[in-house]
Order: sequence, then C-alpha cells, then structure tokens
Amino acid sequence: MRLRGSLQLRHVDAGSCNGCELEITSALAPNYDAGQFGARLVASPRHADGLIVTGVVTHNMEGPLRQTLAALPLPMVIIACGDCAVNGGIFKGAQGVAAILDDIVTPDVTISGCPPNPADIVHALRRLSGR
Amino acid sequence: MALLLIGFGLCGLAALSSSLPQRVRVVVASSLGALGCAFAFSAAMGVLVHGGTQSFHSARILPTIGLSLSLDPLGSLFVLASSFVGFAACIYCIGYVRGELRSRTAMSLMMVFILTLLAVPVASSVVSFMFFWELMALSSMLLILTDQRHSGDARSAALWYGVMTQLGAAAILFGLLLLTLHGGGQTFDDLRTHASSLHGAVRSFAFVISLLGFASKAGAVPLHVWLPKAHPEAPSPVSALMSSSMVAMGVYGIIRVGGQLLHGGVVWWWVVVALFGVVSALYGALHATTSTDVKRLLAYSTIDILGLVLVGVGASGALYDTGHPDVAKLALMSALLLVLAHAGFKGALFLSAGSIERSTGTRDLDQLGGLVHRMPVTATVFLISAGSIMAVPTLSGFSSEWLLLQGLLHGFTVTSTSTLIIMLLGVVSLALTGGLTAVAFVKAFGIGFLGQPRSVGADQAHDVTVTMKIAMGLLTVPSIVIGVLPGLVIPLVSRAAGVALSSDLSPVTKGTSLILSQFRGVIKPSLLLIGLLAVMLALWLGSRLLTERRARVVDAWACGRDLQTPRMQYTATSFAEPLQRVFADVLQPQSDLEVTHVAESQYYEQSLTYENQVRDVIEQRGYRPFIDVTLRAGGLARRIQNGSVHRYLAFGFVALLVILVVIA
Amino acid sequence: MSATTSNVFSITATLLQIVLVALLGPLLIGFMAKTKARAEGRVGAPIVQPLRDIRKLLSKQRLHARHASVILPLAPMVILASTTVAIAISPLVATHPLLGSSADVLVIVYLLLTGSVAAALAGLDAGTAFGGMGASRAMTIGALAEPALLVAVIAMSIQSGTSNLPGIVATTMTHPNWVSGPSRLLALVALVIVVIAETGRLPVDNPATHLELTMIHEAMILEYAGPELAVITLGASMRLGLLFSLIANLFFPWGIATDGSYAALSLGVVALVAKTAIVALGIALIEVRSAKLRLFRLPELLAGGFVLSVLAVIAGLVTR
Repeated sequence: MRLRGSLQLRHVDAGSCNGCELEITSALAPNYDAGQFGARLVASPRHADGLIVTGVVTHNMEGPLRQTLAALPLPMVIIACGDCAVNGGIFKGAQGVAAILDDIVTPDVTISGCPPNPADIVHALRRLSGR
Repeated sequence: MALLLIGFGLCGLAALSSSLPQRVRVVVASSLGALGCAFAFSAAMGVLVHGGTQSFHSARILPTIGLSLSLDPLGSLFVLASSFVGFAACIYCIGYVRGELRSRTAMSLMMVFILTLLAVPVASSVVSFMFFWELMALSSMLLILTDQRHSGDARSAALWYGVMTQLGAAAILFGLLLLTLHGGGQTFDDLRTHASSLHGAVRSFAFVISLLGFASKAGAVPLHVWLPKAHPEAPSPVSALMSSSMVAMGVYGIIRVGGQLLHGGVVWWWVVVALFGVVSALYGALHATTSTDVKRLLAYSTIDILGLVLVGVGASGALYDTGHPDVAKLALMSALLLVLAHAGFKGALFLSAGSIERSTGTRDLDQLGGLVHRMPVTATVFLISAGSIMAVPTLSGFSSEWLLLQGLLHGFTVTSTSTLIIMLLGVVSLALTGGLTAVAFVKAFGIGFLGQPRSVGADQAHDVTVTMKIAMGLLTVPSIVIGVLPGLVIPLVSRAAGVALSSDLSPVTKGTSLILSQFRGVIKPSLLLIGLLAVMLALWLGSRLLTERRARVVDAWACGRDLQTPRMQYTATSFAEPLQRVFADVLQPQSDLEVTHVAESQYYEQSLTYENQVRDVIEQRGYRPFIDVTLRAGGLARRIQNGSVHRYLAFGFVALLVILVVIA
Repeated sequence: MSATTSNVFSITATLLQIVLVALLGPLLIGFMAKTKARAEGRVGAPIVQPLRDIRKLLSKQRLHARHASVILPLAPMVILASTTVAIAISPLVATHPLLGSSADVLVIVYLLLTGSVAAALAGLDAGTAFGGMGASRAMTIGALAEPALLVAVIAMSIQSGTSNLPGIVATTMTHPNWVSGPSRLLALVALVIVVIAETGRLPVDNPATHLELTMIHEAMILEYAGPELAVITLGASMRLGLLFSLIANLFFPWGIATDGSYAALSLGVVALVAKTAIVALGIALIEVRSAKLRLFRLPELLAGGFVLSVLAVIAGLVTR
C-alpha cells in the first residue's frame, strides 16, 4: 500500500500498562515529532489507514478490538507496538489475557521493546509513510 | 368575477354534499371543493395578470344591507394562496379521512372554512367582511373540536382559540365601525373616500384597535397564545389551511385597513406594526427550536415567519410615510412574496406532519426516527419545504428573504430616526431568526426522519396513500417555482402591492431572475441551481469513474461498544438543549427533580425523576394571572346568584328604584 | 474589449478561482498547522500535508453505515457544490467572474449556511450519539455565528449602497478612507470571530482533537471514509479558503484584477495568495495563544461578535 506521505493511525489500547502509550506520545511530541513525516493519530477508525495496537488483548478489550478492525476501510495496515502486542511480553498466558494480537489479526509492522524507543516508533512510521 | 362566484358556489355545494352517504361523501365533497378552489385560483390569477377590479353586489343575500364583493389585485393575491392550499388540502382529505374528518359536520365545516378563506379577501363592505371573518373563526373553532374524543387538549385549545378570536373580531369590528362614523355608506370604497374627513385621532384609534385584532389573527406576540394550542390540535388539512391562509388574513387586514383605506396613515402606526413583527419573529423562532412536538414546532415557526412579514409591512408603511415610495413598494412586495412562499411550504409541512401522525401514531419528535426509509415521499416533501423555510438558495424562502433584506438595506438611506430603528431591528431579527430556524428544522428533519426509529410506532410506519402524496407534492411546487423562477411571480406581487401604495417601481425581471431596477441588486437563482447541479453531477460522475468499488455496508461506528440501541441517539430535546441554556432567560424552562430515598437511609437514592418543560412564558406570566383574577371575580359574582328568588326580586326592585331616580 | 473575449476572460477567471481556492484552502490549513508547530518548538508536518491526505483518501474503500440513508453520500456533494458555486461567484482574483453581475454577498452567506445544514444532517443520519452531538453543537454555534456574519456583511453593504459583491469591492477601492473607518474595523473584528467559529479553529473548536466529547466539526464526519471523506475535507478546506479570501478582499481589495487583462489576473492571484497568507498567519497566532473555550462559554464570544457587527451598522449610519 503506497501511502505517499500521509499516514493516519487509530490507536487501540488492548490492555497495556500505558508504558507504550507514553512512548507513542513522546514520538509525536516536539522532541521526536513524527508529525513532520506525515503521521498522525485520528479519532475515528473510518478516517484511519491502520491501527497501532498496544498491549495484550484482554477479555474486555477483545470485542472492541474486533469491532474497530471491522470499522476500518481497506486497504489497512496493523502495527503492533511493544513486546506485549508482538508476542505477549511479560503478561503472556496471564489470567485476564484472552489472546495476543497475532491470534486475531497478523500485524504488518512490529515494533519490539518494553517499552519501545520513540526513535524506533518514528522509524517504523517513516517506513510506512515513505517520507 | 363570474369565475370566483362559480368557485364559491361549488364550495357551497361541497358543503351540502357532505350529507351524502359515507362512502361517497368524502370523494364528492373533496372533489367539489377542489374544483371550487381551482375556479377561484383562475379568477385570482386573471385579475393579477391583467389588473383591474371586478365587483359584485347583491342586496338579496344578507337582506337590507347587501353583500359586496370586490376582487382587486391585493385580495387576489391572498385568494391565490388560499385557493392553492385549499385545492391541495381537499385532495389530501380524500386519503386522510379515516378518523377525524369522517363525520358530516366536519366535512361540511371544512368546505365552509375554505369558502370563507376565499371570501374574506374579496369582501368589500364592513358587514360582508365581518360576516365572513366570523364565519371563518367559527368554522375553524368547530373543526378543532372534531378530535376531542381522543385528545383532551382539543377542548382547551378550542376554548382559548374561540375566546381570543372573538375578542379580536370585536376589536376589528369596533375599529371598522369607527371608520364609518363619517356618515356615508359602509362599503370599503366609501370608507376610503371619506377617510380624510375623520379626525386624525379617530383614525389612529381605529387603526390601533383593528391592528390588535388582525395581529392576534396573524399570531403576533403577545397576542399569539392561541396559535401553538390550536394549530396542533386541528386535523392536518385544517392545520395546513389555518397556518398558511388564515394567519395571512391578519396581514391582509392590516394592509387593507392601514394601507389602502387609511391612505398609509402616520409613521408611528407602522413602527408599532414592525415592532410586533420583530418580537414575534424572535419569540417564535426561539420556541420553535425548543419544541419537541412537530406540529407545535411548525406553529411557532408560523409565528416567526409572519413576524418577518409584519416587519416588511411595517417597514413599507414607514418608508411610504417618510416619502420613499419606491423602497416602500419593494418592502411590501417582499412581504407579500413571503406570504405566498409561506403558504406553499407551511402547507406542505403541515400535511407531512399529518402523514407522520397518521403513520406512526405520534407527533413527538423524541419518539420518531428512521422515517426516511419507511416514508420516502413524505421525507422528500418535508426536506424541500424545510430547506425553503431555512432560506436555502434556489428555494422560495431565500428569494423572499433576499428581497426583504434588499428592502431593508435600501431603506437605510432615509433620515428619519424611527424608520432607521425599524430597519436596524428588522435586519437584526431577520439575521437571528435565520439561524434559529435552521436549528429548528434540522432538528425536525434530522431527528424525525433520520437515524434509527426510537419507538415501535416509528419502526412500523409506512408511507401514506396516493392522494395524500399528490397533495403534499403539489405544495412543494411553489417552493421550487418561486425559488428558481421568482421573476414569474414578481409581476403579480407588484400589482398587488400597487393597490396599497402608488408607485411605479417594479423590479425588472427577465423571466427568471430578480433584478432591482433602481437599486443595484441582482440574483439569478436559476443560474445558481444550474451551477449547483453541474458541480454535483461532476462529483457523482467522478466518483463513478474513479472509485469503481461499491460501498461496503457496515454498522455505524460507536466507539467499539457491543451494544448500540436506538435509544442512544440524540433526541430532539437533547439537540436543542444547548440553545435552551443559552436563551434560558427568555424561555424560562421549568425543571423539577424529584428524589426518592431508600427507606433505610437518607443518603441512598431509590429513584430520581427529572422533568424539564419549556412553556410559553407569555401564557404563563401574562395570561394565566389575568385569567385567574377573572375567574376569582366570577366566583365572587356567583355569590350574588345564590338561587333565592327573594334576593332576585329584591335586585329587580332596587334596579327599578335607581332607574326612576335617575330619570327624575 | 469585445463580448467574447470578456466572456472568455470571465470563464478563465472563474475556473482559475475555483482551482486556486481548492489548492489554497488545504495549503492555508497546512500553513496554519506549520505556524502552530513552529510556535510550539516542533518542526511540524509540511505545508502540503493536507493535500497529501486528500489524495490518499481518494484511493480508499467507501463505507456506508447500515441505518443511514441517501443523505449520507449526498451531504458531501452538497457541501462541496455549495462552496464551489460560492467561490465561482465571488470576486477573489478578478472583479467580474462568470456570474459576477449577480454575485450577491447574501447569496454567499446563505450558501455557506446550506453547507452547514448538510453537514449537520449527515451527522444525524449516522444514527449514533456522536453524530447527534456534533450536529447539535455545530447548529448551535451556527445559530449564533450566522447572524453576526449577516449583520457584518449588511454593515458593509449599507456603506457601499449595494449588496452586490463586485459593487462592494469597487466602492471600497474608490473610498480608501473607509478601510480605516470605525464601521469597517468593527465589522472586521466581528468577521474574524465568525470565521474562527465557522471554520472550527481554536478557541471555538480544536481541529486536532481526538476526544469525541470535545469535538464539534469532527464529530459530524466520524462516519465518513475514503473518497467521501476526501470530498468533505476538501469542501471544508475550500470553505476556509473562501472565508479568508472574503475577509482579505472585502477589507483590503487592492491587488484584484479590475480590467480584463491577463497580466492583472496573474497579479490578482499573487495578491490573493499573499493576503490570505497574512490572514492565516494572524488566525494561527490567535490559535497559539488560546485554549479551547468551554462549550457553554462560546455563546458569550459569539454574542460579542454579534454586538460588534450591530455596532458596525450603527457606526456606519452615524458617520455617514
């Protein structure tokens, strides 16, 4: 999918500790400023090119995550941000965890780290947006 | 004139034909009534196109005084509006009559009502005018009562309406009688020729008194209190007629009495008229935005639009009296054009509201929704008429409001301070009501028709019968014609305005557009429409060619929530709530929160009941105390009549003594 | 100049105007975002970012909500069409675009109102709480901002003696002392407040918010995706471009092409871009210094704008 400099993402917290959220916020903040490469977060999945998912998928968030996936227009891209989204991280197999992201939908881009470095997040976004 | 008399005869025949058996009653009466309206329409059109005045006098009808009718361009304009709406209403009746209007009395009263609406603008003597005026009031009051078995509000509405319209009629009669003090005859021609022989104070008093009566009929605040009660309770074809034609009779009366009979009068008369208009427009628009009953919303919106008409009439009179006949004629033409446009779209809106009520069983916007799928024709009619009232360009409301703004704009060149103040207030009220009307009708259409149905009734609605659809569609024609081709209607309106004001000005029209000849102002709605349609066509073709995929149908995005019910949508009350807060001082909503605590503890609540009501503040603060005082006085007076014959005889004796003393 | 060449000129001017504002609108939005970013110490997205976003949206899938009706796909077209026609008749680069003789400023005001109504109906058609909320708030703001716009425009019309747009521009150019007069200045302040409200900028509405409870314009378009979203976004950008251009040309019309020469037309394009950039810079600086006002404080702001426009009318009458 050629995005040609415009990447809009909907963030879904599928049950994280908020550490990855802090790093994503930092990636969009003035210091790292992913916005200069055309990336930004949007509120509605209808407006988004893809999802950026953090955290393992808990029981309560499994339904909303599936609904959000159904609401995205094609073509779409799924980004798994942080170890929890990639392979379950330290919460893998815990009570309250329904699945990991890979069981529901295969992510196109993974960003490892617990939490990932904002520079890595910006790098992944730049690869997608092409700028 | 002959055409008009044939029309009257047919309406009378229609009224009589309601004594036929039930199966044929409705079709025969409605068809005859529609035919009568068609004849009246052509008669009025003839006078408006060719000019001139046609008269008729018969000494045998209404013995010793005689019936005088005179069809001149001013009256013809109002006959035009009434006959068009009457025609549509009759056709609507054919499909609508399964409930309220089934009885003989109701059908015949309806035909009588239509007859009076055609006759009032044509009456040319005080007696004929009052005869038809009272008949109009009486027939409409009885028509409100046709539904009293199902609705308790109908009785109260009819009572309020009856009392207020009778007081208004008494005021009008008093005013007109004052004008006959000159000693000559009682025809309008006599009144006009002898008006200057009356003392100035008598003329002013007569105008003000009759203004009160006419303004009450036109729904001017603060004399409007009957309107939001009566119009919703009447059967829908009757509501459509009342709201589009009957209120216009009030405007007709003011123009006829003040403009023509009294030769324009004094400036301060028209300042009063314009002030009535400004207050009505703002008050009506505000209450329309907070009403959740569809018909009540439409009734308040009538008050709003008629307020703008009165602003135009007042501005026109003031400009004429300060020596600017050209701008005065422009303002009066815009007011008359707005009356025509209003007749069209308000009639259509009320008929659609009737269709909604018939299909879903409710008028409450908070219970409706999703009707655009289930009643597409009604939805289209409502959308076009709502667009017209919101002054969307290329529809009739815009053409009339543009013309009114031009009249006010060019009226700013005068030097008289009071006239300038009217112009300023007129512009301010037009601006404010434009925004508020948009809120009201986006609410009415958006909550009523769009989204998901909020009740079982709305879910099971289906569209109405063919005749009702035809009637509603017929009334959208004026919205489109006057909007896109206003130049066709302007000569008619100009001739009508020329009866009240003598001026040679008339906007130059090249068939479709509005070009003001003496001032710089042009709009070409037909070209605008072509432009809009061209762009939309280009976009549609572009989407067909460039994006070939069909749209994928998905559930609405509700933030990932599993349970999404229709009850989670915005309701009409919630839609208007921010405005209700902003204007809380004017609306004075009454809220009540009732808390029921758990038996065991004061700190835990078992149930909460919250009630919020926006009532008509003029009715609450102005009329009800007055009514309470009157009732209490009546209660005191009743103590005199305690049933004892001895006391009554004593009263008679005392009265006789007093009279003898006085005579001696 | 013969009739045909003047017609060709008018058509060229009109098409040029439409294309120019279609590009200028998103560029102005990008310029304002860049200004805000720089003021916040960031590099910020490039100025052409909104154009890239619209281009990308055109290639995405179209979605249609289950309970929505024909209003949902129709509304974006109505918004774009009404804005395009309003641009086509306004004197932006030349004083006589194609329909210029019938270009009435009141038509522009009511065409903008039509766009707002279409957006609100689209919000209600989606059948969700967000759409209703956005529609309710947008219409409430419109109910208070449209009167201010109308009265401010009438103040200018009274001074010029006509509500015909080329007429207002022409009379302003022959009376330069009006521009610094009290009537125009008051009308300018009122118009700036109205434009901030109509285009959804801080302090009325935050265009970059993600929180539905703080949204006004965004909430109405939550349901749109793909090409329809591109059309709505372009329509909203063109509205902004038109409003900024009208502020620029009604208060400082110099630079607009008055004769029929193509050299003057090119100058008109450059002048328009420069003037709207200044307006955008001004509004961006206002945005940087403001926080979003609470919804129920907005009526105070808009009522203030309305009072200013009424004062503009009175000032115009007094100083006549």
